[in-house]
Amino acid sequence: MLEITNLHARVDEKEILKGLNLSVQPGEVHAIMGPNGSGKSTLANVLVGRPHYHVTSGEVLFEGKDLMVMAPELRAREGVFLAFQYPVEIPGVNNTYFLRAALNAVRKHRGLEELDAVDFLQLLRQKMKSVELDEGLVNRPVNEGFSGGEKKRNEILQMAVLDPKLAILDETDSGLDIDALRIVADGVNGLRSELHSVIVITHYQRLLNYLVPDFVHVLHEGRIVKSGGKELAHDLEKRGYGWIEEEFAAAAR
Amino acid sequence: MTTAAQTTESRLERYAELQRQLPKGDAFLREFRGKGLEAFTSMGFPTTDQEAWIYTNVAPIARTPFVLSQSRVIDRAAIAEVSIRDTAVAELVFVNGLFSTELSKLDATSGLEISPFDATSTHASKELFGQLATIDQPFVALNAALLDHGVVIKASRRVIVAAPVHLLFVATAQPQAQIISPRILIVAEESSHVAVVETYTSLDRANYFTNSVTEVFVAENADVDHTRVQRESLHAFHVSTVAVRQARSSVYASHAMNFGGGLVRNDIKSLLAGEGSDCSLDGLFVLDGRQHVDNHTVIDHATPHTTSNELYKGILDGESRGIFDGSIIVRKAAQKTSSRQTNNNLLLSDSAIVDTKPQLEIYADDVKCNHGSTIGQLNEEALFYLQSRAIGADDARSLLTYAFASEVVSRVKVAAVRDQLSAMLLNQLPGARNS
Repeated sequence: MLEITNLHARVDEKEILKGLNLSVQPGEVHAIMGPNGSGKSTLANVLVGRPHYHVTSGEVLFEGKDLMVMAPELRAREGVFLAFQYPVEIPGVNNTYFLRAALNAVRKHRGLEELDAVDFLQLLRQKMKSVELDEGLVNRPVNEGFSGGEKKRNEILQMAVLDPKLAILDETDSGLDIDALRIVADGVNGLRSELHSVIVITHYQRLLNYLVPDFVHVLHEGRIVKSGGKELAHDLEKRGYGWIEEEFAAAAR
Repeated sequence: MTTAAQTTESRLERYAELQRQLPKGDAFLREFRGKGLEAFTSMGFPTTDQEAWIYTNVAPIARTPFVLSQSRVIDRAAIAEVSIRDTAVAELVFVNGLFSTELSKLDATSGLEISPFDATSTHASKELFGQLATIDQPFVALNAALLDHGVVIKASRRVIVAAPVHLLFVATAQPQAQIISPRILIVAEESSHVAVVETYTSLDRANYFTNSVTEVFVAENADVDHTRVQRESLHAFHVSTVAVRQARSSVYASHAMNFGGGLVRNDIKSLLAGEGSDCSLDGLFVLDGRQHVDNHTVIDHATPHTTSNELYKGILDGESRGIFDGSIIVRKAAQKTSSRQTNNNLLLSDSAIVDTKPQLEIYADDVKCNHGSTIGQLNEEALFYLQSRAIGADDARSLLTYAFASEVVSRVKVAAVRDQLSAMLLNQLPGARNS
């Protein structure tokens, strides 16, 4: 589904990704861990085409198509979704209106009929229940006045409504209490199927107790330096990243 | 060879000729017009040397040889889009400034006194004309000089009418540019409530000049909700003067919405003459092409415990130019005044210009006054967020622009007008067809 080959990217003038390779097959959940500044968030933002994030070389194929030449909205319509680390507040734009416009843009792209307000509301209500967001919140302007946890749950709500093929979670677990964490994990687990893939970017192993990955990768200085199964996350939790950095340094010598 | 002075003189002489062509009125009207013409002729049109006019050059108005309006023929269907007659307590339609009985809805049982007038009417409230909008202002003087049709709206003591009175001014394209001089008087007596909507619109690409004057008396504990929607042809000139006087514990709310017009100047002045009175002025100007809209507001706090809240927003595209010049005066006696003024502007093109000029004159020492203004582009982060959710770049821009305006539109209390404004905004925005 996603093939990243030798990806180099910079943010403004600073090179962050330095030859990253990653292959994600349909149905897989990949966790990407790593210390601060290793390039985790850069990877997420490059994949969705955030301004100021530039690919300098390498290739990203999504279902065989070159993702990097597509405008952000096209990537979303193709089925790539990023749950942002810091979702923005958009005063004046009603959450429900926004979500329907988003869903209909996706549906139109997939050749499906656009949903009218009634059908959409029915779908939304059902999804809202799963992320435990109440109607009052959903009818407010996008993220305006939401708590940190509410913003994250709103990201998961959007994901549930848009039903992406590839969902990327950028530190969605940071700053969440245990209940919110469970809701987020449930939301993602609800999406899991042999057709859906997930990339979970996280600092902590905690989320991975609820959202069990098929693969765990360690990112260091813009490259994946170690990959393993879910037990790698436990090792990292116990031993930190130091040993990986040492291993990497030793290998480089 | 003619000198500049001769040109100016002959241009002003034209207005004397127009006055002679008007239907004759009673002694009051003759004197009123006479004084207006005299004042106007001695002042002439303002120039950009004058402080209040530095941003706006009215030479295009001064050099146009206007004629009086004659025709009041339009098809009812032509105004369906702007009509709110189903929800309004009354809808008075003025075609090219002339009152049309046929097109209007005027229900005598409304509880309000709604009196459209022309030169032949005698109306008791006429003596209130000119008390608030004084003829030391050139365009007020010009309006007085050509006073013909207008309306007096009066809410008697303790009369509360929630549904709005709609004054709908429609202009049509004529062989020669017309001058239209609407005159409106709103009198809200003690503890009354009235909502008035003025709409200015045009059919076709009409080229004309609307020069309106509205005076609003808000008596003790009365509440006036006043909306002005200017959606005229891009070939139209529009100058408006709104003058308000507020007595003790009164409330006045203005919603000034500007979409149309080529060259537009709006003046609103409210005098908070009574203790505890409250004034809110909201404004929106949505401009494109070469439109020029100049908004001047004055809120004069003359007594203690008065409050004001002002929010003006500008959205400027193309090579348009917008001005917000807002004065807040707090007189020495006006202790415990609280005032907030905000002007936010959104520039959608590199060639659009906005000038924002908040002016505070504070002579009292125990007051709370906040003001702030911003000029900016669309928030890039928000734009990307919407795009990352599959919404196309153009639609995302429209959505954010709409959101920017919606803060002002949502404050419009007359629901039917609010809906019209929303629709108008959606139409005007680039790529704004997103369900």
